[in-house]
Amino acid sequence: MTLKIKKGVPLIDQHDKNFMYGGKFGGNFIPETLKKPIDDLTKLFSKLRKDKKFLKERDYHFESYIGAPTPFIKLENLTNHLGGAQIYAKVVSEANGGAHKIYNATVHCLIAKRAGKKFIVGDTGAGYAGKMLSMAAKKFGLRCKIFMGAKDIKRQRPNVEAIKKNGATIVPVTSGSQTLVDAVSECMRYWVANNDTTNLCVGSTVGPNIFVKICAWSTAQISRELVTQLKEEFGKIPRKIKLLNCVGGGSSAMGFWNEFIDTDAELIGIEAGGPKNSKLHAAPLSSGSKIGILHGAAQYVIQDEDGQIGSTESISAGLDYPGISPLHCFLKDTKRARYTSASDEDALKAYRLVSKLENISPSLEPSHAFAEAIKLAPKLKSSEIIIVNSCGDSLKDKDIIKQKLGSYIR
Amino acid sequence: MKSKINLTFEKCKKEKRPALLTYTVAGDNTKLNSLKMLNKISKHADILELGFPHNTPIADGGQIQGSSHRALRNGFKLKDVFQIVKKFKKNNPNKPLILMGYFNLIYQNGENNFLKNCKTAGVDGCIIVDLPYPENKKFANKCKKKSINFIQLISPTTPVNRMKKIIRDSHDMVYYISMLSTTGGRLKVSPKNILKKYSKIKRINSKKNIVIGFGITDKTISGLKSADGLVVGSMLCKTITNSLKMGQNPVTNLDKVVYNLKNKIL
Repeated sequence: MTLKIKKGVPLIDQHDKNFMYGGKFGGNFIPETLKKPIDDLTKLFSKLRKDKKFLKERDYHFESYIGAPTPFIKLENLTNHLGGAQIYAKVVSEANGGAHKIYNATVHCLIAKRAGKKFIVGDTGAGYAGKMLSMAAKKFGLRCKIFMGAKDIKRQRPNVEAIKKNGATIVPVTSGSQTLVDAVSECMRYWVANNDTTNLCVGSTVGPNIFVKICAWSTAQISRELVTQLKEEFGKIPRKIKLLNCVGGGSSAMGFWNEFIDTDAELIGIEAGGPKNSKLHAAPLSSGSKIGILHGAAQYVIQDEDGQIGSTESISAGLDYPGISPLHCFLKDTKRARYTSASDEDALKAYRLVSKLENISPSLEPSHAFAEAIKLAPKLKSSEIIIVNSCGDSLKDKDIIKQKLGSYIR
Repeated sequence: MKSKINLTFEKCKKEKRPALLTYTVAGDNTKLNSLKMLNKISKHADILELGFPHNTPIADGGQIQGSSHRALRNGFKLKDVFQIVKKFKKNNPNKPLILMGYFNLIYQNGENNFLKNCKTAGVDGCIIVDLPYPENKKFANKCKKKSINFIQLISPTTPVNRMKKIIRDSHDMVYYISMLSTTGGRLKVSPKNILKKYSKIKRINSKKNIVIGFGITDKTISGLKSADGLVVGSMLCKTITNSLKMGQNPVTNLDKVVYNLKNKIL
């Protein structure tokens, strides 16, 4: 059976009655205890999506609090340096807090307020999802707990400090690989035990279906802005554009692509290839992983023959996750998007080149996407356009970059 | 023909006591030891639950996670669980044994293949933590066709209408989760309140055997003895952890703990 995307229907709504995309991705593989809270959240969200007052409130906070729209700029120096395609960036790292995670965090806090909850919990890898949730929680008067792998706490210090400054509690997760995968598990376990008082904010387009939906619906703001900005720049949406985005869980890519699903734009996702010459990576889509169940959803996932989830390795904590959003699995199998990977080394090189030539300095996550842009651009004509979602700022990676490259520039 | 699970509940009812259900993890701390434990504790326990470990559990607390990681570190594979069951059943053909775990392992093994392996080994039932109703209908029916019990779960968050549907579609046994918690949490609801909720569920269909689990230890078990059955898991995993820490034999220690639990509900 060939999978197809329906035109004119939001991608997040293209699931069947079991919340599966294409009959095989997503769903709700959850303990009985979470059925009711997830049903409640699903009902509330479907109501709020149509609620004009809620949408107005969202737009107000996106503008006045997050700082929408984030800039859309041409990278003249990088374009001239590489020769070939025109390279642009959507500088989402200019959003309040420094990354796209703020959209999902803000929406979850607004929903939690509507649900009458006083507590919100979330997972984090690179620390952005945690930082943003703690920020938004503080703004909207919610108590907040962030689950973070012990390994990530060590390697993403600036964000850890920000979370603490925002008054949230950090729960270090010491089980398993001590990275994002274990943080998500531990956070879900916490919610199993506390869902009567607490709302959960899953930090990416992963997890049980409703979390995939809320997250993609929130980050879609990025592509709504881009549509307007493209029209301003070119008079219309140019036909030959390539939208490059890194993918870990896949939330920034979903937001960056959402409004372009029904257009001719080429969608390219870049996964974390891990260290060169290492077998470990975090690239389930581009390395031929099988479908499995992780954190409540069916998806391509790195695992062994038995179904034990595999370990991953990436220099970028935000991409260091064995699974991937069911939406990206769906986009891959329908061939609407294509996925490739970039190694740690390529990402570091891309970070350095972009930071040296331009006024932006991408974090290691979008540096994976820039690595692909750098590879692609020279092969393309100058009439073609590449747009990279620069969805995070390198400041949080200062320590790692210094250690790997000897110096840090921004 | 009545299932072994049903016969066991009938026997316990005749003896005017709840069935004692134990949960241990296959391969914890070794394959051989987990088989020895089953052999030992089956003298006191009425139904044995055997977990097949998964490395990303979303509903288990620290104790069961610890047991699972121990088993996996020792190289545990899904095929080992069937060998352990087969060997156990050779000596204890009438003792009901239920497998418990997460769906991805079954998904990778293939549903039909997994059930074939269950049947050959002598498994009496399955509890799949992350395959809730109604998504589990297809798999539950496959179980039924093989005369394997598919055990549904009910939690304090389950609305009454849903409870009714779950019970209607259940087989011989239903598992009631005592409180909002992962496994092994401290019992934060009083036994009296748990039993109040429990009797509401019983009223839906008094013929169904409903067991209570989560937070049950030697301290709390006697307060709940009017239930059809009681499951102790984390306390047993903890016993194994502590025995290993102190260089003691986990098999004999576990045997003592289960013996003691049984005495509290007689």
